[in-house]
Amino acid sequence: MATALAKAADTGTSADHAARIEHVSKSFSGPAGQQLVLDDITLDVAPGEFVTLLGASGCGKSTLLNLVAGLDAPSTGSITTNGRPALMFQEHALFPWLTAGKNIELALKLRGVPKADRRGRAEELLRLVRLEGAYGKRVHELSGGMRQRVALARALAQDSELLLMDEPFAALDAITRDVLHDELTRIWRETNVSVLFVTHNVREAVRLAERVVLLSSRPGRVAREWRVDIPQPRRIEDTAVAELSVEITEELRGEIRRHGQH
Amino acid sequence: MASTETKADAAVKETGDLAGLEAGLDALDSVQTARTPFRQTLTQKILPPLVSIALVLVVWQALVSFKIVTDPSKLPPPDQVWGALSEAWLEGRLLEYVWTSVSRGLFGFLLALAIGTPLGLLVARVRFVRAAIGPLLSGLQSLPSVAWVPPAVIWLGLEPRMMYAVILLGAVPSIANGLVSGVDQVPPLFLRAGRTLGATGLRGTWHIVMPAALPGYLAGLKQGWAFSWRSLMAAEIIATHPDLGVGLGQLLENGRTNSDMATVFLAILLILIVGIAIDLLIFSPLERWVLRSRGLLVKS
Repeated sequence: MATALAKAADTGTSADHAARIEHVSKSFSGPAGQQLVLDDITLDVAPGEFVTLLGASGCGKSTLLNLVAGLDAPSTGSITTNGRPALMFQEHALFPWLTAGKNIELALKLRGVPKADRRGRAEELLRLVRLEGAYGKRVHELSGGMRQRVALARALAQDSELLLMDEPFAALDAITRDVLHDELTRIWRETNVSVLFVTHNVREAVRLAERVVLLSSRPGRVAREWRVDIPQPRRIEDTAVAELSVEITEELRGEIRRHGQH
Repeated sequence: MASTETKADAAVKETGDLAGLEAGLDALDSVQTARTPFRQTLTQKILPPLVSIALVLVVWQALVSFKIVTDPSKLPPPDQVWGALSEAWLEGRLLEYVWTSVSRGLFGFLLALAIGTPLGLLVARVRFVRAAIGPLLSGLQSLPSVAWVPPAVIWLGLEPRMMYAVILLGAVPSIANGLVSGVDQVPPLFLRAGRTLGATGLRGTWHIVMPAALPGYLAGLKQGWAFSWRSLMAAEIIATHPDLGVGLGQLLENGRTNSDMATVFLAILLILIVGIAIDLLIFSPLERWVLRSRGLLVKS
């Protein structure tokens, strides 16, 4: 079912990509001098591909996402994306002074969609995340899962080729998270958007992705990649998902163990 | 052929299941918000202040009735103040007093708003400006605005513009500081989210920073109004001139010079009532509306 790929095996030369991360390093100046957070990361996301970035604490996965989003600049190396990627956070980051619908319309407005088209497009996006009735709802009136779906709709409103997701379901309860996995898979297949999804949850990574990229910690390096060939729709409790998760977890634990040895 | 059909059927069934599951979750998790019933508002919000006012009146009347304070030039009985009020009303002067002061106060406040808002934004957003005048601005807040009356009279003479100058010096720092602290409290997450949506520079200020800072800004406006009103009263009491008309401050000062304690009481009460009324009628509803719409109003 799943084939493990060697680290360097996936460096195809196709110019056709949603994101190309080439030899990216990032260091921050901390109390102990310069601290290397990301070390020589090279990673491509193909158009329409779903990639999860997996790693323990300190692997710099959120830092990498910020770099791809253009919120920060890499110390060395280069990142190319086609236009500005959309970004979804662990917190919904919806603006509480706007209704759910107006949050989406703001994204449309900032992208230059004419006023007349915004309302219809916002309702269309709410239908896509199955929140038809939520247009006029205030953020605090929505449940955690509904907020993340509105946030997803707002991210999709940017009409980017690439959607970056920074542990977007980490704060949700297990049942809601499970439903949102199904939802995200459905929407990804309907919209053909490329997704770069950061998580520390191995099962989640395998459940969602076509390709799982394991990052080592301190500094973050690409440790290994797996292509996940399990057909969608998958379930988090599927045997195939579980088997691959066990394999990846072993690898992840090995990476973590290395840090206890010195 | 048959196999693709069953696959499509399965997909349809699956989407249907998911939709149903999700609708159930949404219904279970949704937050129910209800308005408080009027009866509860009446007993919890309206009744208590009315009781406290009645209590003050009773104590006041008792002080006079039981001859605890006997000199009416020190403490006039309530009905004498009421007499002064109805007399001013019948002569048509009451509304004139109130309007003279309120129109000045509100106009001065609007002027302070127009100056304090851009000033606050500059201080909040431009590091150099903040370092240059930020401390001065918060220091000015603790300077009693009555201190500005003598220089204002010397610079601008006994004219209405002198009153406006005093109001501005009192209210602009409050409004600007309120906006600065509002901007400082904007969660960084909103700024990051705004930037990924493409709201940078002026668009970021207009679409993200200003609305996010609105609660702090409103608190500043409320304080700004209180400072406007206080500054105006100080100016009216100190700087009286026939050309300036009679506002509430002048009424108070006239009562003092005529040793007419009932008028002094009347003027103090009116100053207090106007201050409270503007707050209750304009700022409190505005603040409540902003907080409620953001789900920030905690029921007490």
